[in-house]
Amino acid sequence: MSDLRELYQEVILDHGKRPRNFRHPGDANREAKGDNPLCGDKVTIYLKLSPERRIEDVAFQGRGCAISTASASLMTELLKGKTEAEANALFGAFHHMCTHDDAAPDLPKSLEDEFDRLQVLSGVRQYPMRVKCATLAWHTMKAALEGAGNASTE
Amino acid sequence: MTIAATRQPALRNAYDVEAVRRDFPILATKAHGKPLVFLDSGASAQKPRQVIETVREVYEKGYANIHRGVYQLSQVATERFEAVRGKVAKFLNAASAEEIVFTRNATEAINLVAQSYGRTFFKEGDEVVVSEMEHHANIVPWQMLETQIGIKVRVAPIDDAGELIVEKFEALLGPRTKLVAITHCSNVLGTVTPAAEIARLAHAKGIPVLFDGSQAVVHLAADVRAIDADFYVFTGHKLYGPSGTGVLYGKKALLAKMPPYQGGGDMIAHVSFAGTTFREPPHRFEAGTPAIAEVIGLGAAIDYVESVGRARIAEWEHELRDYATARLSEIPGLTIYGTSKSKAAIVSFALDCAHPHDIGTILDMEGVAIRAGHHCAEPLMDRLAVPATARASFAMYNTPAEADALVRALRKVREMFA
Repeated sequence: MSDLRELYQEVILDHGKRPRNFRHPGDANREAKGDNPLCGDKVTIYLKLSPERRIEDVAFQGRGCAISTASASLMTELLKGKTEAEANALFGAFHHMCTHDDAAPDLPKSLEDEFDRLQVLSGVRQYPMRVKCATLAWHTMKAALEGAGNASTE
Repeated sequence: MTIAATRQPALRNAYDVEAVRRDFPILATKAHGKPLVFLDSGASAQKPRQVIETVREVYEKGYANIHRGVYQLSQVATERFEAVRGKVAKFLNAASAEEIVFTRNATEAINLVAQSYGRTFFKEGDEVVVSEMEHHANIVPWQMLETQIGIKVRVAPIDDAGELIVEKFEALLGPRTKLVAITHCSNVLGTVTPAAEIARLAHAKGIPVLFDGSQAVVHLAADVRAIDADFYVFTGHKLYGPSGTGVLYGKKALLAKMPPYQGGGDMIAHVSFAGTTFREPPHRFEAGTPAIAEVIGLGAAIDYVESVGRARIAEWEHELRDYATARLSEIPGLTIYGTSKSKAAIVSFALDCAHPHDIGTILDMEGVAIRAGHHCAEPLMDRLAVPATARASFAMYNTPAEADALVRALRKVREMFA
């Protein structure tokens, strides 16, 4: 059970059951849909991006497993108020964390606290089949920033 | 536990599951340090040593290409390979071995019918009727014909128990219907479809029928003549045989009028640049070197199943199905999908507190292997209004104690998520 507790930490169970920012903001000006066809997970990420490309609001809706829901929920908490560049830097560091054992390269000091909070998801490294669950929301957020509209972890 | 205590001894008298288990080496292994409880045979079954040994023995002592060599080794390999054709014909109660075509898997067998029979005999506006509970393998090949020649795929609905609604199916059969392609047993719901009735209704309107028997051949004695199937497909790896082996049964008269599916060696009578002539079925449909050792291994799998006895296996699996269903029903918040009266030992379920993938991961840590996801049946998931389900599928080597292990592991899932 100890290995499982590492994957399903309390924070994840909590965000999985009670996701934050689970809504569709009326003033969102960017959105993208993401899906993981293998799991049937679906997520829509909504962004309100200022003209200076700062994320003024971020929210999500969808359905998925505890890992994907918690990851989306945590992401929305961390990205509010961040610039596009900061969001991209966190995406890169998070993606590296989920897929590599070594430390993430070159994350600006100002984002270290945010990155620390994402460590609760580092357990997915041991479960290659579940990495896509953790990264789905992030890929979708990136698609929304880029105006791509769709993302898939397939 | 009382059910287990009262039932297990009675089952053991009729069926020596421990002897069966000893034939499957992988069942003695561990997963995450716990005894492996393999409940995913619906995706692919484990192999008895009789199959493993046969494949090894072919490679060590009897391997050569078939239908070619004039030397003894090739002759013997050819005879053993062709003997399996006869074995499969008998297994399905086909009229002759010439009605058995070897393919890579059931998917290829269906694609063969779609591309050879369908592209030759279907025209724009024609229809193929499938059911709502098909595996993607029995949907996508027909959708490809929608693109290629403009046919239309019509979908026969199921009811909430997961049974085909026969009247609605019948109503879909019209002058444009050129084929019915339907599962004989759902890989998600376990529903065994009324194959003979389906064929009778279709034949009354002159429509041929293809059955996807991938799950059915494992759980029941499929008899292509009793149900009057025109085409019947299954895959070897779910029948305890090697992967890379599949079977298409086709009535002789139908196969005879079908053009080749793929071109190459072994399927031709004569080749010249002025023109090429093809062999008679079934060889016409078997271009290139097939999975020789694996097909011979499939023969060993059929021998093994017959030696245990298909009726006894079916009886055992029905006991397992009923026992597992009863035990799973004790778990709060658990929904079982598929409650057909005629059902194989496949139990799909969901928990209100956890997503199937979370269930799958936690069960895995307990050594319990199940399938979690859409089971290659996304349209059925839409019909059930769920993104995915968890599925435990039971085989001849599973035990009531393994159903208990599944239930214990699911209780751990509830502890964590409920």
